[in-house]
Amino acid sequence: MSPRNGRPNVPVTIDGQDVKAFEGESILELARRVGVPIPTLCHLEGLSIHGGCRLCLVDTGDHKLKPACATEVTAELDVTTTNAEIREHRRRIVELLFAEGNHICAFCVSSGSCELQDLATEHHVDHIHYELGYERHDVDASHPKYVLDRDRCVLCTRCVRVCDEVEGAHVWDVAMRGNEARIVAGMDIPWGESSACTWCGKCVVVCPTGALSFKGRATGEMRHDPELVAFLARARDEGEWIDRRAEA
Amino acid sequence: MAATIDLDDVANVELEARSRFTHRALVCTSTGCLSAGAANVRATLEADLTEAEADHDVQVVPTGCPGLCSRGPLVTVESRGEESTLYQYVDEDAAHTIVREHLVGGAPVEGGDIVPPDIPFYAKQHQVVLAYAGRIDPDRLEDYVAEGGYRALSKALTSMTPEQVIEAIDASGLRGRGGAGYPTARKWELLHDAPGEHKYVVANGDEGDPGAYMDRTIMDSDPHRVLEGMALAAYATGADKGYIYVRAEYPLAIERLERAIRAAKRAKLLGRSVLGTGFAFDIEVRVGAGAFVCGEETALMASIEGRRGTPSLRPPYPTERGLWGAPTMINNVETLANVPAIVGKGPEAFAAVGTETSKGTKVFALAGSVTNTGLIEVPMGIPLREIVFDMAGGIPNGKAFKAAQTGGPSGGCIPAAYLDTPVDYEHLRALGSMMGSGGLVVMDETVKMPEVARFYMEFCRDESCGKCTPCRAGTVKMYAFLDRICRGVGRKRDLQHLESLCRTVRETSLCGLGQSAPNPVFSTLEHFREEYLELLVEDEEFLPAGAAPTAPGAPTDEAGAR
Ligand SMILES: Cc1cc2nc3c(=O)[nH]c(=O)nc-3n(C[C@H](O)[C@H](O)[C@H](O)COP(=O)(O)O)c2cc1C
Ligand code: FES
Repeated sequence: MSPRNGRPNVPVTIDGQDVKAFEGESILELARRVGVPIPTLCHLEGLSIHGGCRLCLVDTGDHKLKPACATEVTAELDVTTTNAEIREHRRRIVELLFAEGNHICAFCVSSGSCELQDLATEHHVDHIHYELGYERHDVDASHPKYVLDRDRCVLCTRCVRVCDEVEGAHVWDVAMRGNEARIVAGMDIPWGESSACTWCGKCVVVCPTGALSFKGRATGEMRHDPELVAFLARARDEGEWIDRRAEA
Repeated sequence: MAATIDLDDVANVELEARSRFTHRALVCTSTGCLSAGAANVRATLEADLTEAEADHDVQVVPTGCPGLCSRGPLVTVESRGEESTLYQYVDEDAAHTIVREHLVGGAPVEGGDIVPPDIPFYAKQHQVVLAYAGRIDPDRLEDYVAEGGYRALSKALTSMTPEQVIEAIDASGLRGRGGAGYPTARKWELLHDAPGEHKYVVANGDEGDPGAYMDRTIMDSDPHRVLEGMALAAYATGADKGYIYVRAEYPLAIERLERAIRAAKRAKLLGRSVLGTGFAFDIEVRVGAGAFVCGEETALMASIEGRRGTPSLRPPYPTERGLWGAPTMINNVETLANVPAIVGKGPEAFAAVGTETSKGTKVFALAGSVTNTGLIEVPMGIPLREIVFDMAGGIPNGKAFKAAQTGGPSGGCIPAAYLDTPVDYEHLRALGSMMGSGGLVVMDETVKMPEVARFYMEFCRDESCGKCTPCRAGTVKMYAFLDRICRGVGRKRDLQHLESLCRTVRETSLCGLGQSAPNPVFSTLEHFREEYLELLVEDEEFLPAGAAPTAPGAPTDEAGAR
């Protein structure tokens, strides 16, 4: 959330509540500011907008649902952030994410620090109606400090964006397409061989699942710290670097 | 500065040169006929004519596609002052005979394999964008100019303001031929009004629908028409640079477009001062690597910029922020190919054809169980029945018609009960299908509709870019359900899950690929549900009904463990 000048003056209704939004504010930013919860996964404060996970879809009265993370408010907008239909869609999307990868929490290094797990709890995903796609991808454990388990990846591209936009190294990219799409280092080389990687670990701390983790952590021991990016973005904007202790 | 060309002079020289020949043999060298052996036919004709010392009287012209692809190689013989003759299935022997009896002998081949001039395949067509296809050498600028080409551009540059060009497009009622049918003039206005030093127009020739080749044929049979349409669009909107995005699978179209661009630049029909006026416009071909999703406009722009071809969120729309941040307009190739006729002959002539809301013509690629496959251009609003039974010649082998599929993987199936539906944007949409880019696949009674749905879903699954969850994972799971059903092991519950998943993928996907991927399923379910039901097996029972525990607050419509 970049700092806003002046006072919010765009009248918007959100779930029946009349509020004032800043000019150019996204529905998601507004909702968070006024305390209306909207689930997200690919979105991360401090990074560019991706719009791929589709969990933040809300109803603005348009013929299509709109991603709250990427839709700017307009005057007199009337937003419904949740209804039975939207809940169903969100639950199915979470289910699809579970079905396409290896998201067996009991074995996962990130259990307890996983946004996908939280989403599943929130949306009552207690079983999967779809055929499980696991296993599709390789694990890349070539890096001395970190591990990438691609079957736990939800392709939110936070790692791709943080590496490019904040660290400036651009180690990561998405290769292949559809069901085969996967995160690759460099031109699809083992991560450990990437000369661009600075070992900063930002990709690891922003990962919402157990796809990226610190080497040597056992089941349930990984702790992510996605808020780091918002801290960095703000610090950079305001030129103020106060001490910040990460949870991890 | 070199003088600009005089279009009328070029045309006159060309027509006079032609008049010296007693006969002209037009050999289709488009993709279909080439693969059927047209290159050999052309070589045979030329060799025989040289041998008979008739090559000064007879001209052999390699042309684009006359449309009747299933009967190729096709050779049209034009004789001075007479009706032309269209020979079908021409092989080397037939080529020898045509030279001997017709081109040298002077009379159509007795008992030759000739297409009757009045067959409905041609008689019911109304050709605007295909008017010169199969009649001119696509590699010669002079051929296009001799037919009247580039006159619309010259007229616009010398006697119309950009706004008047947009008004003409508006008055014609032209709508986008790339699928959605958005009014073309409105898009042009958006680009016209967009502020910016540089603006781009892009011709979308990605054409990824399975079975479709309308745009390929327009590009490889009449490339200058596309260039002229783009130049007019650029003049009207203030763009200074154009890209034609063509998939790599169309090497012939790419080659001919590039040759056409070079010729047009030499003739100052493109470049820094078009036809000696202050209008500057340049065109470049960009070759796609063959992904269906790169036909989607935001993915297409990413691909042109050299990035990964995935769609991005709109807004911003391309006319607000497009290629390299500059205002950009994407039009389909066929849309642009209509423009020279509209500006040249006036919007009234164009709007006189078609229906109230869908003006002009549409090119369709006929495929599937029909006697004549190939390319036709028909007036909007023509009943589907006339296309299938008259023009395409009906279903071969005495089989019954079952459905026609339009709109490719984004479209749907139209069953026999709706054969009299007028083919236009609104009617097709009302039937749960869509115009799409113009693929028309006819299916006979032996085709199983769930398998059709599975085929298109497989296509969407393989072409999904993977950016958004519902399309990436949803197409995989929808395909899995369809596959189980088709294999006869699908349960009733699978069909329910399939339908609910289809709804979610339609409502939540990021781009048109995912949003429309469920359409073939919805459409076949709507019209042929019983075919699905016949394939299903009963659900197994895990627990006595009503004994399954329900989590507090959990949605229940899909409850039931598996
Ligand atoms: C998945 C997908 C594929 C598409 N493929 C094509 C295509 O091959 N050719 C095309 O002209 N338009 C295609 N479109 C539509 C384009 O995004 C765009 O709307 C069109 O080129 C606009 O041109 P028009 O206004 O002249 O129709 C596609 C859209 C989607 C969502
Ligand atoms: S959070 Fe908006 S699409 Fe992922």
